[in-house]
Amino acid sequence: MVWAPDWPIVAARQHEKLPADAPLVLVEKGLVFAAAASARAEGVTRGLRLREAQSRFPGIIDRPYDPALDSRAFEPVLTAIEELIPGVQLLRPGMCAVKVRGAAQYYGGEKAAALTVIARVNEIAASDARVGVADALFTAVHAARSTIARDPRSRASHVRVVAAGDSAAFLAPLPLTVLEEPHIVSLLSKLGISTLGEFAHLDRTDVRVRFGEPGARLHALASGRDPQAFVARTPPLDLDVVLDFEPALDRVDQVAFAVRSRADDFIDALMRAQLVATAIRVELDSESGEVAERVWLHPRSFSASDVVDRVRWQVQGSNLIETGLSSGISRVRIVPETVDEIGHHEIGLWGSGLEPRIHHGLSRVQSMLGHGGVLVPSIEGGRTLSSRQRLTAWGDRSVAERSPQRPWPGALPDPLPGTVFSSRHAVHVFAADGTAVAVDERGQVLAPPARFSTSDSRSRSLTAWAGPWPLAERWWEAGSSGPSWRFQAVDDTGCAWLLVLDSGGWWAEARYD
Amino acid sequence: MSYAIDTLEHMFEYEQVSPVSASAASATAEVFSAERSGGGDRGSGGVASAVGGSLSAAERVAELQARIGQMQSRTLSSKLIPTHPVIASLLPGGGLQQGSVYSVDSSAMLLMTLLAAPSAAGSWCAVVGVPEFGIEAAQRFGVHLERLVLVPHPGDQWLAVTAAIADVVDVVVARPPRRASDSAVARLASRLRQRKSTLLMVGSWPQSEAMLSLGESRWHGIGEGHGHLAAREVTITVTSKNAGRPRSARVWLPDTAQTVRSYSAADSPAASDSAPPQLRPVPHRVSA
Repeated sequence: MVWAPDWPIVAARQHEKLPADAPLVLVEKGLVFAAAASARAEGVTRGLRLREAQSRFPGIIDRPYDPALDSRAFEPVLTAIEELIPGVQLLRPGMCAVKVRGAAQYYGGEKAAALTVIARVNEIAASDARVGVADALFTAVHAARSTIARDPRSRASHVRVVAAGDSAAFLAPLPLTVLEEPHIVSLLSKLGISTLGEFAHLDRTDVRVRFGEPGARLHALASGRDPQAFVARTPPLDLDVVLDFEPALDRVDQVAFAVRSRADDFIDALMRAQLVATAIRVELDSESGEVAERVWLHPRSFSASDVVDRVRWQVQGSNLIETGLSSGISRVRIVPETVDEIGHHEIGLWGSGLEPRIHHGLSRVQSMLGHGGVLVPSIEGGRTLSSRQRLTAWGDRSVAERSPQRPWPGALPDPLPGTVFSSRHAVHVFAADGTAVAVDERGQVLAPPARFSTSDSRSRSLTAWAGPWPLAERWWEAGSSGPSWRFQAVDDTGCAWLLVLDSGGWWAEARYD
Repeated sequence: MSYAIDTLEHMFEYEQVSPVSASAASATAEVFSAERSGGGDRGSGGVASAVGGSLSAAERVAELQARIGQMQSRTLSSKLIPTHPVIASLLPGGGLQQGSVYSVDSSAMLLMTLLAAPSAAGSWCAVVGVPEFGIEAAQRFGVHLERLVLVPHPGDQWLAVTAAIADVVDVVVARPPRRASDSAVARLASRLRQRKSTLLMVGSWPQSEAMLSLGESRWHGIGEGHGHLAAREVTITVTSKNAGRPRSARVWLPDTAQTVRSYSAADSPAASDSAPPQLRPVPHRVSA
């Protein structure tokens, strides 16, 4: 068992490049998730509210907790340990298990093997690694934990070896709380049992009868028989494709041409692993050090030309995709973000669900116009016309944020306008005497509208009108424009309009045509 | 009517007159008279007046030739796609044809009515170059959104995009940003014929099979400061390149139940405006 204490702190410190004694505090949902040793010395503990922690030690540096960062930072450590001892099981970021039997023979003893691992981990991660050696995972975890209490100066004290068969004796004095099962533990302590040894003394059958399967599992742990088997992880295949450009490329077609050949390798490598990619991440590094990354989804699975298209769209950058790169591209990295068994994506004998012909044709249009050129509509909940329609690029998954099934009081009655202007047009609406029509704060129209004109056409007289219907959305937000008033009006050509009056004036939002 | 057409089809396909051909000529005459009187409420006064003298002999010959031409082209190449019955009765050939171009007035509701029937029958539809296409209204008109694709801004490549989409999608709506050259028009037309997809052009378009336009429209349910837009009656006029006279019909687009149907004298504007809404039988909601 190899344990790097305070791993979240170590990982965040590496990421932020902070000094080792920085009082770093990781915050999750307003509570302290982890605190560096220097902060803990000032009384900042886990579970404290951030404000409270700041009052105890004003100098703390607080950062949001990012579990992905933990795992990412632990990956090189795992790789390094795998180089020393094959077969590593990751328990959680910061903690992993290895089989010590073979390594002990190779390195000349369990302790020597442990010291080798500690030296390597400390070298890579600048942490304070601990090792516990025991028969079972649970015992080994607590053997590693128990090294904290010992003398921190000697390197050898970072290792605790529990001899074979001594697990139960080692665990016996530990308090029940290490079982991390508060419900059963509190019940046991009410029964007068306070240590693992006392718990292990109970009859196994009795425990199973009283506490069921979870209790039986805890009982096995307490007696040093961890039922959890050691499963070495399979080292992940490296399917990423990285292209370095020297000198940096500044033209889209150059990048696309360079990616073309490697995209074939990328898909071939996936195919050999019997996988297909349903989502890829493309990372672009520019010469000046900027990084633009985006995840691209595919309704079916990526082919080589699809990958090239995605890279090209990302380099081109349209209004949907912000690349924000200002200099030449020095590096392209393509990572399979989501992969699936190839068997799930074979085209059936009679074709697959989504008509492939349609997909090919629309993808071709997409490669002409860019990813956001071909859109699939869907309806969302909302009160204004524009908020009710949602457009998703062909191939992307549409994620509806608001359900259209809910009642949306204030939404327009049927029939709905067939033409919804993508940007509403400014208009002028006049009363019969030529003054602009306004609505008072009680929602009364001051003078009935009689004529209206758009900026580019002659004025039309109105034959019928209805309204105003007030619409006050998100009035509590600072940036909201206040209430707006909606009107329906029919002009003398028989065309009906949806007009809106807000603090910015009159607008034509849609046309019934 | 279908009997007569079958007879003619038989003639064209087998190049001989079938045994029933003895009655073919009279049957064809019946077709025309039936069609005329069927369109009698369009105000033309029926077959009697049309034949009787309002049309000159030359016009009549031209019209009959045009009809024969339509029947010919229909039997040889094109099939019809599902079309809303109200509009189908106005169109030459009795519906929208595969592989043809139609010009449609800039009316979103008319477009949606045209898209709804093929969409409901399982076809894919695409709208190219119309960024303000109201999606929710389209859904209410019966267009299936899961089979609708939008290309709001095709830019300069609109012809190439329209052609590429027409390769795979059955019904395409497009709005040309400018006039296309004659050769481009011809290329697009031949591609459509080959791929058997129907193109609805917003605005005028050369070589279109027919032009659908909206005439005088009248909204119901809205007054001077009260009510709200509820229903609209409008005249749809179809001008086709073969048939001589434009045909038109007064339709509800839409009526108060959000459906499109032909306007009949029973629901006169005066009644629907002033009187409370009349009860109408709604077939699928009838219960015992």
